[in-house]
Amino acid sequence: MAELIYDQNGRLLFTEEMRREYTILIPQMLPIHFKFIEQIMQEAGYNIVLMTSTDPEIVNQGLQSVHNDTCYPALLVIGQMMNELNSGKYDLHKTALMITQTGGGCRASNYIHLLRKALKKRGLDYIPVISFNLAGMEKNPGFKFTPKMIFKLLGAVVYGDLLMLLSNQIRPYEVHPGDTDALLEHWISTLLDRKMSIRHMRRTLDEITESFVQIPVHRTEKVKVGVVGEIYIKFAPLGNNNLEKFLAQQDCEVCVPGLLDFIIFMGDHHMVDVKKFHIKFMKGFVSLLMKKLFVNFQNKLIDTVKKYPQLRAPSDFETIKSLTNGYLSDGNMMGEGWLLTGEMLELIHSGIDNIICTQPFGCLPNHIVGKGMIRVIRKQHPTANIVAIDYDPGATKTNQENRIKLMLSVAREKIEQQETAQATAQKQQQMVNVK
Amino acid sequence: MTEHKIYHAGIDIGSTTVKVVVLDQQDQLIYKDYQRHHSKSREKAVEMLKAAVSASDADTVTVSLSGSAALNVAQMTGLDFVQEVYATKVAVDTLIGDVDVVVELGGEDAKILFLTGGNEERMNGSCAGGTGAFVDQMASLLSLSLEELDRLSLQHQQIYNIASRCGVFAKSDIQPLLNQGASKADVAASIFQAIVNQTIAGLAQGRDIQGKVCFLGGPLTFLYGLRDRFVKTLELDAEHAVFPENAQYFVAMGAALQSKKTASLSVEQVLEKLKKAERKTNLTDTLPPLFASQEEYAAFCDRHERNDVEYTDPAGYKGDAYLGIDAGSTTTKLTLIDQDEKLLYTYYTSNKGDPMHVVQAQLLEILKLCGDRITIRGAAVTGYGEELIKNAFGADFGIVETTAHYYAAKKFNKDVDFIIDIGGQDMKCFKLKKGVVDSIMLNEACSSGCGSFIETFASALGYTSADFAKLGLFAKHPVNLGSRCTVFMNSSVKQAQNDGAGVDDISAGLSISVVKNAVYKVIRARSASELGENIVVQGGTFLNDSILRAFELEIGKQVVRPKIAGLMGAYGAALYAKSKHPTHSELLDEEALRNFSCKAQHAQCQHCTNHCKLTINIFSSGKRFISGNRCDRPLGKAAKKLPDAYEFKRQKLSSYQPKPGALGKIGLPMGLNMYELLPFWYTLLTGIGFEVVTSGFSTRELYVKGQHTIPSDTVCYPAKLMHGHIEKLLNDGVKVIFYPCMPYNFDQDMGDNHYNCPVVAYYPELLAANIEQLKTVRFLNPYFAPHAKSFKKAACDYFHAQFDVPRSQTRAAVEAAYAEYAAYQQSIYEFGDHALQYAKENGLQTIVLAGRPYHADPEINHGIDKLLTSLGLVVISEDALRPRERFRVNVLNQWTYHSRLYAAAKYVTEHENINLVQLVSFGCGLDAITTDEVKEILESGDRIYTQIKIDEINNLGAAKIRLRSLIEAVGTKQAK
Repeated sequence: MAELIYDQNGRLLFTEEMRREYTILIPQMLPIHFKFIEQIMQEAGYNIVLMTSTDPEIVNQGLQSVHNDTCYPALLVIGQMMNELNSGKYDLHKTALMITQTGGGCRASNYIHLLRKALKKRGLDYIPVISFNLAGMEKNPGFKFTPKMIFKLLGAVVYGDLLMLLSNQIRPYEVHPGDTDALLEHWISTLLDRKMSIRHMRRTLDEITESFVQIPVHRTEKVKVGVVGEIYIKFAPLGNNNLEKFLAQQDCEVCVPGLLDFIIFMGDHHMVDVKKFHIKFMKGFVSLLMKKLFVNFQNKLIDTVKKYPQLRAPSDFETIKSLTNGYLSDGNMMGEGWLLTGEMLELIHSGIDNIICTQPFGCLPNHIVGKGMIRVIRKQHPTANIVAIDYDPGATKTNQENRIKLMLSVAREKIEQQETAQATAQKQQQMVNVK
Repeated sequence: MTEHKIYHAGIDIGSTTVKVVVLDQQDQLIYKDYQRHHSKSREKAVEMLKAAVSASDADTVTVSLSGSAALNVAQMTGLDFVQEVYATKVAVDTLIGDVDVVVELGGEDAKILFLTGGNEERMNGSCAGGTGAFVDQMASLLSLSLEELDRLSLQHQQIYNIASRCGVFAKSDIQPLLNQGASKADVAASIFQAIVNQTIAGLAQGRDIQGKVCFLGGPLTFLYGLRDRFVKTLELDAEHAVFPENAQYFVAMGAALQSKKTASLSVEQVLEKLKKAERKTNLTDTLPPLFASQEEYAAFCDRHERNDVEYTDPAGYKGDAYLGIDAGSTTTKLTLIDQDEKLLYTYYTSNKGDPMHVVQAQLLEILKLCGDRITIRGAAVTGYGEELIKNAFGADFGIVETTAHYYAAKKFNKDVDFIIDIGGQDMKCFKLKKGVVDSIMLNEACSSGCGSFIETFASALGYTSADFAKLGLFAKHPVNLGSRCTVFMNSSVKQAQNDGAGVDDISAGLSISVVKNAVYKVIRARSASELGENIVVQGGTFLNDSILRAFELEIGKQVVRPKIAGLMGAYGAALYAKSKHPTHSELLDEEALRNFSCKAQHAQCQHCTNHCKLTINIFSSGKRFISGNRCDRPLGKAAKKLPDAYEFKRQKLSSYQPKPGALGKIGLPMGLNMYELLPFWYTLLTGIGFEVVTSGFSTRELYVKGQHTIPSDTVCYPAKLMHGHIEKLLNDGVKVIFYPCMPYNFDQDMGDNHYNCPVVAYYPELLAANIEQLKTVRFLNPYFAPHAKSFKKAACDYFHAQFDVPRSQTRAAVEAAYAEYAAYQQSIYEFGDHALQYAKENGLQTIVLAGRPYHADPEINHGIDKLLTSLGLVVISEDALRPRERFRVNVLNQWTYHSRLYAAAKYVTEHENINLVQLVSFGCGLDAITTDEVKEILESGDRIYTQIKIDEINNLGAAKIRLRSLIEAVGTKQAK
């Protein structure tokens, strides 16, 4: 059994010895991206297990483990970990937990601490918790990002975003059900085989996109729904009661803005901190580099998608940022900050008026950047059809779905009106032609 | 040949009722039916739709379903589904036309539709306040029929403040009002007003309800008092308030109209489809049964049967007796015990909103029983109505509920270390350590599932609560209903019913939910061992075997349930009275009782800004009793002038008066971080030539004025108040308003970082986006970071650009601002020193009332600081303690205001005669983190943690119980 070693603040470290013996559990957030991450870490020599269980017991475990007014993502992630630890599948003395750490004025920065508290309450404080971040917080001797890993992770983000975008845009229209998912699976394994290489990124992006547009599709007018919100709830099926699946059942095309924007936002965030609030960051320079790198990747992705007129390319980061002018300042950075407002605006500008703004019940930043901005967005864009949905342990699916259905009814009505208008116009045109 | 007739049927399956309509080819309503479904929505819907299509002479029909419970039926039958708000819109568009706004209240949903100026439809979000079901509950609370409630409301004389954000809050506002003798007419109207406020704040969320307003849905059809409140509040004239005929059928009619888009079917085809909706079960989320067998249940009953008290037949008894009265919020309980603590007499009744009358009648009954043989030596009262009953009937002692329950529980298990009491409306849990109350947990909003919830549910399903509970005992698959608030449970039940759950499974599921709510939301236990070894459960709700069993299963332990579980408060009070060895009771004698009457008058206290609404009860004896007050001033007593840092801060902040300046007036909204930074901004802005005016302290009226622009109904009350402050400044004609965004606070070097919370940091941006009128003035909300050295330059640039202020002038003003801010803080520290010294010299206890700077606002703290000083305590605030060295806490300590909480807790553990009470604003996300940590710090120093949750709710009942218990516990601890 590995020796338990603590740092000077009393934090239990994940040691080199543990790296060899321990299983590391990580929570699911983005199904495609995290599949990559699991594999990448395994290749780097960590025994990683991605927790995919959606057992109702997770919520119970969460309720028992953290303050019930804590945000729902913390409750779910910690609940999922506790549930997994309880499952009997693991030797608890050879298990570690990994969680992302963001920093910033939102309470999300406290997740890792809440997790440690929860472990302590259960007498499991011998289980090390690894912070997953690239900002250099909470270092562990047994867990280091090697350049090789970092490059692969970069690839995972870019390819993950592209695959998510393409499958969301193609799947609703595929002629043979299952085509898109089969191709998605194919690419997930192919990319893993290619070690997520970013050396020939442009070529790979082209290759992927080209193969997706080859899927036979039947284009009909479908309701397009954008999903924005708090990052976990927006992405994780466990958090949003499988929202994407529900929308697919309602015959909608779903558009979920990718992870790249959020990562660039984090880099941008540090620079605004330095500029506006005179916070001295050692990492200011690193952030700038990271931002530049990801902006470059994002541009490549956008360029690739733009080659195909049938696809809708996302806007780049600076465009999204400029859209928020007149709504809020780029100093608004806690949680998803101005990016959330920006994503709603970006969707509207690219023709997706129907938006679900997801958030955990009582999410602090979303009071401002989500619910707080909807009125003014609607005022500027009267066609915007936005519904804010709260997620928490007590909220029922029925209530959430009923509200989403209301939004969808309005969206459908609009399509019908457009079709009628078009039909009338055509008729008139024909009349003119006849004359 | 006759024409082929196609009719259109619409059905609206709501949470409590089913509505069916049939329209003919000309959209004329030719058939309508409205029935309650008693939670058998699917069966009822099928039956009614069958009747409707069969009755018509149509050749074919089109059918659409709508309503919150219709989705499932639609899926099973393959019939078309129309979302109900959308159906309403279709109906209003087609049948009325020129409407601007539609307000529709249903059984459990509330909706608003804006039809002009940007189409928008909204439903109540996750917090659902006033709806039909809420009115039902309120009516039963007042023991009135809906008709009576409605009629009475129209005779009201005044409106009380009843919190509108959620039904649970409203209830806890109403009960004390009733217990204090407020008239039912006034309460009824206040309930309706709360619904109106909820609709405006929670639904309209920033959009004005203007133009022609159409009111729909059952409650707005039947309740004239509610209509009246809406019309008056929205200031609508007859032309702009539309109450259409058949308002309750609009959703069904909308569905019928919308069904035209679907293929028409023959009546036989419709009936064929309906067959598919016959009972099917597809429950997935179920729990293990409560009892596996009859034998198991028998053993369980047998075990609990043993926990009983001894009784004495009053007819044969001669000697002394002691009386205990528990004047609860909904029930009144009395017990009489003899010299040996055996029970002579017990009484338990719902107080029907008139507890005094109940007690009067019972006391007469008891005196008759006593005759000449039994002498009552002493009487004690406990419960919400304690003071009123004590004063009205001359009882000798008034004791806090926790004490009463402890006295009673001790009788059943002398080592008791945990007591949980679940009553009709509230839940109280307390831990005991060596006979001293160690921590108290009460239910709050969002943790409210109690006994009356089950009762209401049982009666909605057509059962008595006892029969309903019995059904659950042997349910095979109890449904998992979650553990949040009752509104959510309602929708969970609806979902379970849709999935085909039986009444037995729902009954068991509800019991388990109430228990889970208690264990996880109220007690917030992580493991059974946390509760204690010797647990006594009590309160009327535990007489329900399903609840008791669910509780034992959930915590994995056997507990003691006294057979008199519902009478424990009264029993404890009687035991307490006896323990005091009284010789003569002041209780009214028979004649005085017979002539007893009470008249209630209302007044508003004018002594301070709290403006407490007083109820003055004048008894037949001429004695008066005033309730509703926070301090002793309205009682005519000279106010005790104990040091109160909150009062000091308010005085200090009020001293920053406007000074005329060349640049004219600039307004500062007095809320959130302005409570700390007023000295800073005031000095800076005055220095550069502004006349600085503020919006002053908050009041309830100010809140109501700003309510209509609040976009997020789950944000904290201090933030919501900001809308009122802005309105106030606008109304005062201020043309420039300054309210900077500040993600970072000053750094006191007590934590890992020095952030503000996201709401404090960015609220100015939300105000700019949601208060239309701000566009008519200059609203300045720059991002500033005064903690940084570069602030001076930033300020110089900013004010130069905006107002052409010479940089040198700003530079000097900034320096003066820093100095003033430091002096202000210094003065609070000094006050803190003085207060602690005063307490020491006078042998008084001190309370650190720990919250945020803005908790000093009298409308936010509801006068809790005054309540504390009236209880003889010295009050200081968390920011009156000098900053201290950083120490390790178990969370990320990154918010300036919150670092002070941890530091204050630490200080308390290091000093004698000082305790901490944490003020927590409802909805404060960060306090989900701080409360646990503050509690841990205090408990590591063997101190009692007391938390008071505050919101717009204006009722100090729960706070009083907590504070009195704390005082008592500290006293007992010290005596030991």
